[in-house]
Amino acid sequence: MRFKSLAIFLIISSFFLTCILSIWKIMATLQGLSFTNLNVTPIFLIGILLSLAFVLIGNKINHLIKIFSLSFIFSILYFYLDEASPYWYILGVFLITLFFTNKLKKYSIQSLKEDFISEKIIFDFITLFGIVFFTFVILFPFYIMLVTSFKTQIALLVNPLDFSLDFTKSLTELFKSYFVIFETYNFGRYILISSVVSIGTVIVTLLFAIPAAYAVARLNFFGKNFLSTSILIIYMFPAIVLVIPLYTVFSQLGLRNSIFGLLIVYTATTLPVAIYMLQGYFKSIPKEIEDAGIMDGQNWFGIILKIIIPLSLPAIASVALYVFMIAWNEFLFSLMFLDSPKSFTLSRAIQYLSGDAETPRQYLMAGSVIVTLPVLFIFIYFEKYLVSGLTAGSVKE
Amino acid sequence: MSDSLSKLEKRTAYTLVLPAVLLVFAIVLFPIFANVWISFKDIELKDIRIPEPRAKKIVKSISENQSELKIIYKLRNSSLIQEIRNVQFQDKLPTNVSPINLDPRCNFQSKKIICNFGNWQAKYRENFEIIIQSNNGEIIDKKIIKSQKPILSGKADNPLLTTNFTLENFKKVFYENNFVELLLTTFYFTFFGTVGAIIFGILAAQLVNQNIQGRTYMRGILLFPYVGPVVALAYTWTLLLDPNSGTLNALLVNFNIIEQPINLLGQKYITMSILGFEFKLRLALTTVIFFEIWRYFPLAFLFILARLQAIPQSLYEAAEVDGASPIQKFIHITLPQITAIISILFMIRFIWNFNKFEDIFLLTGGASGTRTLPINVYQQGFAVSDIGMGSAVSIVIVMLLLSFMIIYFRLIGKRANEV
Repeated sequence: MRFKSLAIFLIISSFFLTCILSIWKIMATLQGLSFTNLNVTPIFLIGILLSLAFVLIGNKINHLIKIFSLSFIFSILYFYLDEASPYWYILGVFLITLFFTNKLKKYSIQSLKEDFISEKIIFDFITLFGIVFFTFVILFPFYIMLVTSFKTQIALLVNPLDFSLDFTKSLTELFKSYFVIFETYNFGRYILISSVVSIGTVIVTLLFAIPAAYAVARLNFFGKNFLSTSILIIYMFPAIVLVIPLYTVFSQLGLRNSIFGLLIVYTATTLPVAIYMLQGYFKSIPKEIEDAGIMDGQNWFGIILKIIIPLSLPAIASVALYVFMIAWNEFLFSLMFLDSPKSFTLSRAIQYLSGDAETPRQYLMAGSVIVTLPVLFIFIYFEKYLVSGLTAGSVKE
Repeated sequence: MSDSLSKLEKRTAYTLVLPAVLLVFAIVLFPIFANVWISFKDIELKDIRIPEPRAKKIVKSISENQSELKIIYKLRNSSLIQEIRNVQFQDKLPTNVSPINLDPRCNFQSKKIICNFGNWQAKYRENFEIIIQSNNGEIIDKKIIKSQKPILSGKADNPLLTTNFTLENFKKVFYENNFVELLLTTFYFTFFGTVGAIIFGILAAQLVNQNIQGRTYMRGILLFPYVGPVVALAYTWTLLLDPNSGTLNALLVNFNIIEQPINLLGQKYITMSILGFEFKLRLALTTVIFFEIWRYFPLAFLFILARLQAIPQSLYEAAEVDGASPIQKFIHITLPQITAIISILFMIRFIWNFNKFEDIFLLTGGASGTRTLPINVYQQGFAVSDIGMGSAVSIVIVMLLLSFMIIYFRLIGKRANEV
C-alpha cells in the first residue's frame, strides 16, 4: 500500500514539476533564448529523484535548509542539461524548484500511509496543475497581444519567437505602433466615438430602466406579470436575427453610419437585463421608507429621485458598468451599421484595419491593447460590482 | 377613495414603463416580426433604397457672349428596378435671368423653373437642357447659377411595403443551401462549445473553491476572456494560430513536436490515426470550438463557484468523519448540489452558442467548414446581398430557438424554479 502511494506521489509530483519547468522554458524561448528541446524525459527523471530525496530525508533536517539545498542541487543538474542557458534562467529554475519543494512540505514517509492518500495526492497536484494551467492559458494570449504591439515588423520576421523588449530603445521607438495608429489611422477619433456611444448608452439605459424597474418592482398594473416574464424571453433573442430588418429600416431612415442609431440599438438591447437587475434590487428596499416619502407628499418622481436612487447606488453602479462593458465590446451591430470610417467605433476600426492584409500585425495588436485595457481596468477596479452584474446578466453576453 | 388611488397607481405605472417598453418593442420585437415579412419577399440589398429622382447640374457657355449660358441637368432614376411617378422639378434663377425656348413640360414663373416630368421608368436617364439669357445683357456668373441646387420630388413604392410574396427564399434555404451540413455544423459547434465550457467551468470552480492563496486574484484572472472585447481576443488568437508566423506553430516546430506548421483555422479536415483507426476531424471547427470554450467557460465558472460556496461545509465534514474519499465527496456531495445550476447553464450557453456570430466571423469568416446558421444570415444577407434569403435563415433560427425554449421549460423549467 505504501509503495503504491509512494509511486503515485513520485510520478504525479514530478509530472507537475516538469509541466511548470516546460512553461518556464517556453516563456524563456519567447525572450529570444534558442532552446530547441523541452528535455521532458530527463527533467521528469530527476524530478522523481528530487521528490524521492525529499520524502526520504523527511524531518531529519530543518525544512528551509532542506528545500534550499535540494533546489540548489536540482538547479545544478538542470544547468548541465541546458548548458547554453543564461543565469537568470537558472535562477528561475531554482525559484520554481523552491516553490515546488515547499509545496511538498506536508508529505513524508509517514503521511503516505494515510487513508485515501493516493487520491489526495492526485487532487492536490491536479489543483496545483490546474492553477498553473488556467493562469497560463488565459494570460498567454493577453501577454502576446501586449508584447507584439511593442515589436517591429522586421524583428518579428527575423525571429517570430523573440518577444523580448528592447529597453535600450527610446520610448518613441518602443511605442511606435501606438503613435502610428493614432496619427495615421485616427484612433483618437475612434476612442472618442466608442466612449460617447458607451457612456451615452449607460445614461440612456438608466434613464429608461430605473422608472420601468420601479414600476415593475412596486406598482400594481395590468400586464405586470406578463411584462416581467417576457423581459427575459425577449432577452434570449439574439442580435443576429434583428440585424436584417434593422439594417433595412435604418438604411431607409438614414440612421446607418450614425452614432445616434447605434445608441438606440444598444440601449434597446441592454434595457431588458437592466430592468431585470434593478427591479430585483428595488424589491429588497423596505417599503416603509417609501411610505414615509409618500407621507411627505412626494410624487413618484420625488420618490425615485430622493429615495430609491440613493438607496440603490451599488445596484445602479453594477448595471452601469455592465452596460458600459456590453456597449464598449459590442461588435455585430457596429459591423452592420457603420461603413464609413468617420463613424467607426474602436472594435469596428480594428476589424476594418485587419481587412487590409498589408496592415502590420503590431498595429492590429496595438489597437487591440487600446480596446482591451479600459475594460480590464474597469473590471479589476470594480470587480465586486461587475461580478454581481455578470451573474445577474448572464443570460446575455 | 382607494379606487381612485389604484387608478392613479396604474397611470403612474404605465408612464414609467411605457418608454422602455416602446423602445424595446421597436428595436427588438418589431424586427423579429419584420423578418417574417421580409423572408417572403424577393428582395436584395440594392432594392432597399427607396427610389428617388436625381439631377446633376452642369453649366456651360455656348458662345463668346457671356450673357447666354446653357444648363444641362443629368436626370436619372436612382433605382434600377422601380418606377418613380409624378416627378416634379424645381430650380431657381437669379434676378434678371430668364430661360429661352423652355421645354414644354416646364413653366417659368417668379424666377423659378418648375417642370412636371411625369413618370420615370427604372433606369431612366435624360439630359435635360435649358438655355438662359440675361435680360439686360450683363454677364451671368456661372458660379451663382451652379451653386443653386435643383429640387426634385416624386412618388415611388417602398419595395419593402409591396404585397407580392414568394416562397422562393425558404425553398432555397432548404434545398440549395447545403442545409443539412449547415445544421450539423451549427449543432456540433453549439453542443461541444457548451459542454466544453461547462466542464472547464466545473474544473476551474473546483480549483478556486479550495483554500488556496490568492483565490480572489484567481477569480479575477479567470474572468478576463469573458470581459475582454471579442475583436481584440479573436485577432490575438488568429495571430497565435497563424501557420506562417504564428507563435503557437513556431513553438511547436521549434521544439520538434510537429514537423510542419498546421493551419488550425484554415484547414477543414485533419486525418488522425488513433490505435490504427483513421478518422477525419473537423480541424477549423474544432479550433473555433476551443476558442469558444476559452472565452465562455468563465461564465460557467462564476455560476458554479457561487453555488459551490453556498454548499454547507458541514456536509463535507460529516463525510470526512464517515471516511469518504475525495472522489466520493465530489460525486456524492458536490455533483448533486450543482446539477441544477448546470442544467440552467447548459440551456443559456446552448442558446447563446447557437446564435454566436462574432467569434466565428472574426476567426474564420465562416470558411473551412465553420459555416453556422448565424454566419449564413450574414453571408446571404450581406455578402450575397440577398436580404430575403438572409431573413428566411433568421426565421429558421428563431423557430429552432423557440423549440429549444419549449423543450427546456417542459423538461427542466420546473426544477429551475427551485434554485
